[in-house]
Amino acid sequence: MAETATLSRPAAATLPAIDPGALLAVQNLEAWYGESHVLHGVSFDVRAGEVVTLLGRNGAGKTTTLKSIIGIMGKRTGSVRFGGEETIKMSSRSVARLGVGYVPEERGIFSSLSVKENLTLPPIIKPGGLTVDQIHELFPNLKERAGSQGTKLSGGEQQMLAIGRILRTGAKLLLLDEPTEGLAPVIVQQIGRTIERLKGQGFTIVLVEQNFRFAQTVADRHYVVEQGRVVDMIPNAELDANIDKLHTYLGV
Amino acid sequence: MFTIFGVPSAALFGQLLLGLINGSFYAILSLGLAVIFGLLNIINFAHGAQYMMGAFVAWMLLNYAGIGYWPALLLAPLLVGAFGVVLERVMISRLYKFDHLYGLLLTFGLALIIQGLFRNQYGVSGLPYGIPAELRGGQALGFMFLPNYRAWVVVASLVVCLVTWFVIEKTKLGAYLRAATENPTLVQAFGVNVPLMITLTYGFGVALAGFAGVLAAPIYSVNPNMGADLIIVVFAVVVIGGMGSILGSILTGFALGLVEGLTKVFYPEASATVIFVIMVLVLLVKPAGLFGRAT
Ligand SMILES: Nc1ncnc2c1ncn2[C@@H]1O[C@H](COP(=O)(O)OP(=O)(O)OP(=O)(O)O)[C@@H](O)[C@H]1O
Ligand SMILES: [Mg+2]
Repeated sequence: MAETATLSRPAAATLPAIDPGALLAVQNLEAWYGESHVLHGVSFDVRAGEVVTLLGRNGAGKTTTLKSIIGIMGKRTGSVRFGGEETIKMSSRSVARLGVGYVPEERGIFSSLSVKENLTLPPIIKPGGLTVDQIHELFPNLKERAGSQGTKLSGGEQQMLAIGRILRTGAKLLLLDEPTEGLAPVIVQQIGRTIERLKGQGFTIVLVEQNFRFAQTVADRHYVVEQGRVVDMIPNAELDANIDKLHTYLGV
Repeated sequence: MFTIFGVPSAALFGQLLLGLINGSFYAILSLGLAVIFGLLNIINFAHGAQYMMGAFVAWMLLNYAGIGYWPALLLAPLLVGAFGVVLERVMISRLYKFDHLYGLLLTFGLALIIQGLFRNQYGVSGLPYGIPAELRGGQALGFMFLPNYRAWVVVASLVVCLVTWFVIEKTKLGAYLRAATENPTLVQAFGVNVPLMITLTYGFGVALAGFAGVLAAPIYSVNPNMGADLIIVVFAVVVIGGMGSILGSILTGFALGLVEGLTKVFYPEASATVIFVIMVLVLLVKPAGLFGRAT
């Protein structure tokens, strides 16, 4: 254990200090699945209006980081401040009510609910969310298939539904876990355009991605997650200059 | 008077009506079990005791407070439901993190305690509860005599079952319930108070049992064992219909009541066991139950 800590230090040392005044400030976040210690001190920040990605290999801890932020990891320690408020001890219900919207990796579409019921399920927690019409304009498929069973949608449509339903709630911070995973290139492009539009409307987004080519088209900054830690931060403008380093991180 | 397959029509329709009455109770009780099982994943073994409590609370309201059948029809389920809410908060909610078996054991133990307490207090000979004045008497239909109260039980049960089905399947509140049944963690992560939903759902399921108990009070004698006898059959109904299926439990409840009635006419020796025979057959052919989704 001591060796790995020393090994990761040079990379960690290059990380800028966490801005406690950022919209989201995560510091020394650790998390466990039962006995299994999975996050070993994740630190990063996201300023209001930014799109930031978490990049990293399979099993690096990206999903666990999002789960810890929204509050569904059973055991977690460290600090997660959202809008200046410490949330590490809060239930996921309270975190959501502060204005955090969560799109899980498995999308979480309810099969016993219609598309329309899925879309309107998350309660409105703050003013300023999109209307159902605006969401339909963003994702016209959802309007056409409003009456279908949620899980009868294609993978891409389910992803749109999973994103669309948290836009209504007035959440300001969106946690998107691999929204492009397994989707056809045209759908990936559509999701990319959506993220840009949402950013334009002032949403702050944390995006988990494996596909950094896609991440590059939408994000301001990239954090690299490795073995339960954030080991590097690359501004989008410097991504191409750091491409070799990134290949090593991601093992591609 | 005419005969059908050699059976006098009055006997046949009389048994069918009895079957329908039993089916009404099977339907309400298995519906309550299904609602509770869906969200809490707990087989509520105290359901029979809570049904018995509904009948007793109606009897107590009448004999200690002079409150009659119609107010009791509302009050007794509310009181028994409130008792359920307290049970869930104080005891059952502590077991969610353990295996489902513990919830079953706890509610089974509670059922024995509740029944024991009522036996100590009121004995087992049964207390009379009169049919409300408005529903005494009956209709001569020509082929049979239809007692008004029994017709009322069937109608009331149907209405309660259909309204419950409608609320769960067609309303916003029901959408929360269905979603939380599928994935409580995610529903909570959307900012919904899932623990409160669970408590109220248990309370509602228990209130349904209490309502059935009030309906039963004028038909059967109010007896501490009335629930224990009935609930075994209701569990078989639930297994046949498919654990957790709302519409399944309603349809199966009524249908099995009728099957039981028909068996009484054509092969009385099997009437006490026919539901269990069907249960075994269903388990062999479709283990998830007729309306259940295999998981
Ligand atoms: N439910 C679980 N129980 C136990 N361990 C888990 C569980 N979920 C994930 N893990 C482990 O935690 C570590 C981090 O997993 P996590 O899902 O956060 O990775 P990830 O970066 O999202 O990976 P991917 O890119 O494959 O989605 C992995 O080693 C994984 O095996
Ligand atoms: Mg993941």
